[in-house]
Amino acid sequence: MNAVLELTDVRKSFQLGFIPKTKEILKGISFSVAEGEIFGYLGPNGAGKTTTIKCALGLIFPDSGTIRLFGRPHLDPKAKERLGFLPENPYFYDYLTATEFLDFYAQLFKVPRDVRRERIPRLLKLVGMERAASLPLRKFSRGMLQRVGLAQALINEPALVILDEPLGGLDPLGRKEIRDIILGLRDEGKTVVFTSHILQDIEMICDHVAIIVGGRILSQGRLSDLVSEKVLFTEITVSGLLPAEAAPFGESVSAEGGRLLLKVHDQDKIEALLALIRDRRARIHSLVPRTQTLEDIFVEMVKPK
Amino acid sequence: MTIRVIALNTFREAVRDRILYLLLFFAALSIGLSRVLALLTVGDRLKIIKDVGLASISFFGALMAILIGTGLVYKEIEKRTIFTLISKPIRRSEFILGKFFGLVLTLLVMTGAMALIFLALLFAHTRSIDWSIPAALLFIMLELILLTAVAILFSSFSTPILSSLFSLSFYLIGHFSWSLETLIRKMRPGLGRTAVRVLYTALPDLENFNYKTEVVHGLPVPAAAWLTAPAYAICYTAFVLALAVLVFRRRDFI
Repeated sequence: MNAVLELTDVRKSFQLGFIPKTKEILKGISFSVAEGEIFGYLGPNGAGKTTTIKCALGLIFPDSGTIRLFGRPHLDPKAKERLGFLPENPYFYDYLTATEFLDFYAQLFKVPRDVRRERIPRLLKLVGMERAASLPLRKFSRGMLQRVGLAQALINEPALVILDEPLGGLDPLGRKEIRDIILGLRDEGKTVVFTSHILQDIEMICDHVAIIVGGRILSQGRLSDLVSEKVLFTEITVSGLLPAEAAPFGESVSAEGGRLLLKVHDQDKIEALLALIRDRRARIHSLVPRTQTLEDIFVEMVKPK
Repeated sequence: MTIRVIALNTFREAVRDRILYLLLFFAALSIGLSRVLALLTVGDRLKIIKDVGLASISFFGALMAILIGTGLVYKEIEKRTIFTLISKPIRRSEFILGKFFGLVLTLLVMTGAMALIFLALLFAHTRSIDWSIPAALLFIMLELILLTAVAILFSSFSTPILSSLFSLSFYLIGHFSWSLETLIRKMRPGLGRTAVRVLYTALPDLENFNYKTEVVHGLPVPAAAWLTAPAYAICYTAFVLALAVLVFRRRDFI
């Protein structure tokens, strides 16, 4: 697989404050994104996700390290021609209508007029904004801006799409729609990099993940390698059992309204508990085996040592 | 091509900004006022109309260049629209030049509109067209082009209020620096005179574009001015824009 985006030991510090104090934001970031994958860049707020993205896009200049886009230096306009970008909290020219806005960016990519005429309505439809085509962006809600912003990122049919917090500001339905669009992009053979601090989003659609904390990448790899399939414990909700009766089998998490939530660790104990439930004619309301999630890994890493 | 696209978008931004029409309204009011002032004057009323009218166009044109120009680049950074723009295959110099040409286009249209009002007023008064007026307007436009570049330079590293103050100072200094030339002529040769000469060379001399008096009084514009004024405008503008690009090229957009 070819690396579409490759960062090697990227460092960046800023001079902050009235009496300038150097603060190192990126402390040697290295990762590479292979063609055709969805790459999740995960980290808590202030970890350096957006700074990394801005370095890759040439918005800020790293102090040291190299960044290559499609095998070229990242500032090369030739490389940027195949790139699409949606910034975090998108701010756009609010005096333009959605169609004018997309037309402006399409022209920057030198997309011919007849192609623009076909592509703009198609993209507006893809992001569900076709009815707002001639409305000025000033009247858009945050979620709507996010959607036209995504259309803008796809205006040049890019091979690599970088999305900074693309699901922020969207309602649950909107999140699902955008997730589906991202998956659709992968099916078209495009590479997608997106940042998030919301684990479920990344877990649901990413192939590869890098976790950044405090300006350092703490872990990266295939999602399936990072998250083990091993069952950590099983959560069982029952009614008709006394807390004291259930106590030997596992830890009682809550007991309200006659329902008991138990956390059981051993497979043998689960069997024994089920036998007891059958015996007492008690009722099982739910039985959920919990595997390790990205969240567990994330919490483990972010926790101050 | 890229510069043209950015310039047209800048033009669109400017003409959809209400401040432009507010300025245009006051410019029209001021031009109209010249007719009222003429009524109060003893002597040649036409001269007053021409004088006040041309001065209004020059002043309000400068205000437009400064008030819109100083916000252009800053707003892109402040509103973070620049993030999306710079991620596209454009060079930062193209961005600055696009902004510059977009504003020049806006000022061209606005000066045209003010000129039309002015010429209509003159025509109503004299029933004839004075062909020396467009010459004066051309020199005013040259001054506005230079002022636009200056406004964009300040806007590329400073806030709109500070940039407006800087640009306004540039405008005022530019209109008074000719007095240094008089001073040079009166000084004895020596270190002091060299210092004043250096200062005069570095400071802008916007009186190079002021041929209002000639036009108002029906005097011929010196033939050399047709060459020196555009050359001065082009060189100074190119220098200021180069500075703006230099400032902008290595800037981080946090």
